[in-house]
Amino acid sequence: MPLHFDDDQLLDDLSTTITQVLHAPAVILKDQLSIKETWDPVRQQMNSSLILNRLRQTKTDDPGKIIGVTDFDLFLPILTYVFGEADLDGTAAVVSSNRFRDEHYGLPPNRASLSKRLQKEAIHELGHTLGLVHCYQVSCVMRPSSYVEEIDYKSLGFCRTCQSQAQGSIDGSSASLNDS
Amino acid sequence: MAVKNNKSVGIFIVDDELSVRDSLTKWFKEFNYRVDSAGDATETLKKIKPGKWDIAFLDIKLPGMDGTELNRKIKEIDPEIKTIMITAHSSVESAVKSLKDGAYDYVTKPVDPDYLIHLVEKIMKQKELVSENARLKDRIQDFYEHDQIPCQSPAMERVYDLIEAVAPTDTTVMIRGESGTGKELLARSIHSASPRRYFPIITINCGGLTPGLTESEFFGHEKGAFTGALYRRMGKLEMANQGTIFLDEVGCLDAKTQTDLLRVIESKQFTRVGGDKEISVDFRLICATNRNLEQAVENGEFREDLYYRLNVFAVNVPPLRERRPDILLLAKHMLKKFTIGMNKKLIRFSPEAIELLENHAWAGNVRELRNCVERAVVVAVGEEVSAESLPIISNSRHQPQDKSLSAFEKSHIQSILDEAGGNIMQAANALGIDRTTLYNKIEKYGLRR
Repeated sequence: MPLHFDDDQLLDDLSTTITQVLHAPAVILKDQLSIKETWDPVRQQMNSSLILNRLRQTKTDDPGKIIGVTDFDLFLPILTYVFGEADLDGTAAVVSSNRFRDEHYGLPPNRASLSKRLQKEAIHELGHTLGLVHCYQVSCVMRPSSYVEEIDYKSLGFCRTCQSQAQGSIDGSSASLNDS
Repeated sequence: MAVKNNKSVGIFIVDDELSVRDSLTKWFKEFNYRVDSAGDATETLKKIKPGKWDIAFLDIKLPGMDGTELNRKIKEIDPEIKTIMITAHSSVESAVKSLKDGAYDYVTKPVDPDYLIHLVEKIMKQKELVSENARLKDRIQDFYEHDQIPCQSPAMERVYDLIEAVAPTDTTVMIRGESGTGKELLARSIHSASPRRYFPIITINCGGLTPGLTESEFFGHEKGAFTGALYRRMGKLEMANQGTIFLDEVGCLDAKTQTDLLRVIESKQFTRVGGDKEISVDFRLICATNRNLEQAVENGEFREDLYYRLNVFAVNVPPLRERRPDILLLAKHMLKKFTIGMNKKLIRFSPEAIELLENHAWAGNVRELRNCVERAVVVAVGEEVSAESLPIISNSRHQPQDKSLSAFEKSHIQSILDEAGGNIMQAANALGIDRTTLYNKIEKYGLRR
């Protein structure tokens, strides 16, 4: 779900990648969700935990996952910033493209990098919603990253162990959907 | 293992703000840590149990009992728990006060995520090293307890009694005995049973030093001190700091090194070759020799003052031929060791092999016995080591050693002299004869003092 995010091309690419990596259909929601109340005027950032609360409220009985995509910088009350946040083995996740832009670091814009970073971190957060914790396999997308360089270093896919756990979780959700 | 088994690491979070507690709990759970939290001191003290948590994050400002007081209470329950104070800029002073009360560190809100995770990893690495260190210390103790050479002869039991008595002290020890009697092993036993056992024991083979490089070997050198000194090099005395220096074949030291060594023993200070900085060292000295040092002193080949410095506590290791009850015991010990190492199934010596072992002269002492058993294990087949597989000249078993009374007297006087460190009065008293008789016997048998 875009949250004050108007780059349709990035969203389309992200949707395609999620489908490819997670082997599950991804849909871009067109609903408008206001997250103004999550804005912290002192920190000039959005509170990611409050955004997750809002996203959870939009969920219906659909057993799928929802991920909010925003360009606002995110924070947790105790941390200076986060790239994203997710409910571990839950339903909602949020990711921000703010710090994925090379301009943030005084470099010329690089759209390809921005897109790849957004895709990797979105898959990472969705991985958490599927119950995956951080993984220390060098190229696994579930490897924790505090800096964009670390995002660039890892791949877009899961390692074998995480892949199998993610697939198990997706298959479980599909089965419960069919049962109902 | 891609996913770290962080579940064994317990993190406890104390903050009165629910959002801080929840977000931090969630964030750590993504790293697979075991996490719990509390909103105040009362709830915290109910949940903290000794050994349950590794790290606790404590907010300084809490309702009721504040973070600094809570830190002290937690430390009373579990002194091993590492506490990290969470503070706003305004309360840094309180956080610093907590450090004095044993808190590990403090973080200022908001924290850089990278810093926080590295802090946790650093603490866990440190805890791991501390427990690894304790495990290694136990193993060193274990090695010492199991590395004793088996013996049942009264002569060797006396040696072990002496070692046990001198090991815990800092006294300089002189181990004397024929080549191959296991002097270095005894030196290591002394070191292992001393308070210096967690520091190195450095061996210098004084008989094998290259002339011209001896000084550098002992004291090290500075870069460019001589041709070929491309880098600064630490000497062996410096390497042995806080540990033990073992000077093997100390009787072979040249005159110049003897003088240098005497100075270092007295001052515990030296300078590297080519350097001018005084380096202080703290080491215990153990020496070994198979040479008659008293004779060397008399001949002017060994400094008398150094001799007295080194010969503080003498331990005389009897040759293997003088402790026959140990031969078979040692042979069996070595057989077991080599069969395990070579994955063989040998379990015993044949009766002929035992006879051969017990009657051999063993001029090379334990070293010769060790090599003999090793070779036998290599060539032997089946479950028994036969006499043929022992590399002992076969006719030696038909040449029993000299069992005459005079041979026994000669050997006995020599061992008493060795035990007394060459002290005539002491040896004469032990033998129950007067000094003149002892001098006559020494001359008659050509004994060393």
